[in-house]
Amino acid sequence: MHTTTVIIGGGQGGLAMSRCLSDRSIDHVVLERGEVANSWRTERWDSLRLLTPNWQCRLPGRPYAGDDPDGFMTAPEVVDVIAAYAKEIAAPVHTSTTVTAVRRTDDGYRVVTDQGEWSCEAVVLASGAFNVPRVPDFAAAVPSSVTTRSAMTYRNPHDLDDGGVLVVGASATGAQIAHEIQSSGRPVTLAVGEHVRGPREYRGRDIHWWMQAAGVLDERYDEVDDIVRARRVPSMQLTGSTERVTLDLNKLTGIGVQLVGKFAAISGTRAQFSGSLRNKCDLADLKLGRLLDTIDEWATAAGLDDAVPPPHRFAPTAVPEPPRLDLDLGRGEIRTIIWATGYRPDYSWLEVDVLDAKAMVRHDGGVVVDAPGMYVIGLPFLRRRKSSFIDGACDDAQELAQHLATFLDVRAARHG
Amino acid sequence: MTSTATPVNNGVNVDALLGARTALTDAPEAAQFQWRATCEWRSGTHSTTNVDGFFGLGAEQKHRTTYSFDVDHPEIFASEDNGATPVEYILVGLAGCLTAGVAAVAQMREIQLNSVAATVEGAMDVRGILGMDTDVRNGFSSITVSYKIDADATPDEIKALVAQSQKRSAVYDIITNPTDVRVEVI
Repeated sequence: MHTTTVIIGGGQGGLAMSRCLSDRSIDHVVLERGEVANSWRTERWDSLRLLTPNWQCRLPGRPYAGDDPDGFMTAPEVVDVIAAYAKEIAAPVHTSTTVTAVRRTDDGYRVVTDQGEWSCEAVVLASGAFNVPRVPDFAAAVPSSVTTRSAMTYRNPHDLDDGGVLVVGASATGAQIAHEIQSSGRPVTLAVGEHVRGPREYRGRDIHWWMQAAGVLDERYDEVDDIVRARRVPSMQLTGSTERVTLDLNKLTGIGVQLVGKFAAISGTRAQFSGSLRNKCDLADLKLGRLLDTIDEWATAAGLDDAVPPPHRFAPTAVPEPPRLDLDLGRGEIRTIIWATGYRPDYSWLEVDVLDAKAMVRHDGGVVVDAPGMYVIGLPFLRRRKSSFIDGACDDAQELAQHLATFLDVRAARHG
Repeated sequence: MTSTATPVNNGVNVDALLGARTALTDAPEAAQFQWRATCEWRSGTHSTTNVDGFFGLGAEQKHRTTYSFDVDHPEIFASEDNGATPVEYILVGLAGCLTAGVAAVAQMREIQLNSVAATVEGAMDVRGILGMDTDVRNGFSSITVSYKIDADATPDEIKALVAQSQKRSAVYDIITNPTDVRVEVI
């Protein structure tokens, strides 16, 4: 089978790209291993809601049209939105089609699937950034008496044994999971490394409203000081809830969660936590202060100071004195460990030499550097700070589709 | 080895150490020590750190004299190399601590030391401190200490000295286990 462009992945990124290619009458297919929005259907815990408000869940040609712009969608609601979008744009999606290999050919690419092969001139990798849990090497040394899970297979607290839970990682995922497990009556110890603190609301508006308005989310990949670092910044500690609550470490401490430093190693059966907890919390408090400064400056410049409540600052993060540095995993205090230590993409099927030493695609704003006609979408800070959000797919897909169209034109002129 | 005719003398006053243990059992608060250093920036990466007083045995104490340490980076880092690097001082501390321990343990076990020499090597990928790769840690990826010991003892007794020294070493513990570190601006 032949098509001009194969899009691998039927999530928000792949479908946004499909819509933008259709706008340019570029022939394409979308290959999806399950159903559209597969990972939203199968790899999310029960209580998850988006971190971004509903008004920000825009896709190309489709602004938010519901009646709760300031609410936060559940995972099933996200599935509904993405599935409806696929229908609305009549995306040429081939579901239950798993890509097993992508190879370079003399005149483009060959995409091998369990449902046959496609030849094409261009390929868009839209399989996402969160395919495989990223777990430290020493995870293998956890005593067998402790059950381990990743945030990808965790569903709800009631699936867990009674008894203590060590949640590793305090970004949005770890903080949310720690909160609901502690609330279920299981005492939680939360290992905290580098994290980004953020209030749900500031001066009467959602933090994402401010970040959008002040231009923070639109900062471009070629404008920031250190894009490699920016792409690795963890997700802000936020939660989407009907109560619009702020979920920070002080809140977790307040309900009884015990904070410890970064999970550094296992020695025998003892978990060792870094002594850097205070530093990590200070860094996050200072970074939050800088973000609020940026917002306040923008609000003044935009003449908003009389329209919203005055600036204020949040209490510094309280760190236990002294923080606990080790914990014997063999003693029964901890029954479950949940790794909320992030994810990595899975490119095991990609047989084109475009990966760096860390198995990440080498790309320039989504344009794959070493493979003309290959693109990637849906990675953190791909082209803008908002690239990892659903809302980020809009601008990224428009610009990458334009680049892809130019590539096809140049190629046609050369071959013509 | 207790077969030597002359009494073992490694220059360690075992009686004093054992006496201190007895005294501190009766007065554990006297065991609370605080070690101190004061640092003054010179220029660039050059600073001078002095070690003078410390607290212990329930009172302020003083070294016989003030010890001064210049810290800098080498010329290949575009610095002036006015002293050892901070990480080399860590190696100094580890070597000094383990070696003191070897001597003390040998004395306790009545093993005569003839010579003790150690080489300490710390391996480091400097992409960590240069902020080039967050997967690379800032500190040593590993530390290797190699002891060459001539003593009136069997090879296994010598190995046991070195093992016991690590077990009782403050610096070994500081390096191998996490420590709560507070850095303030006052």
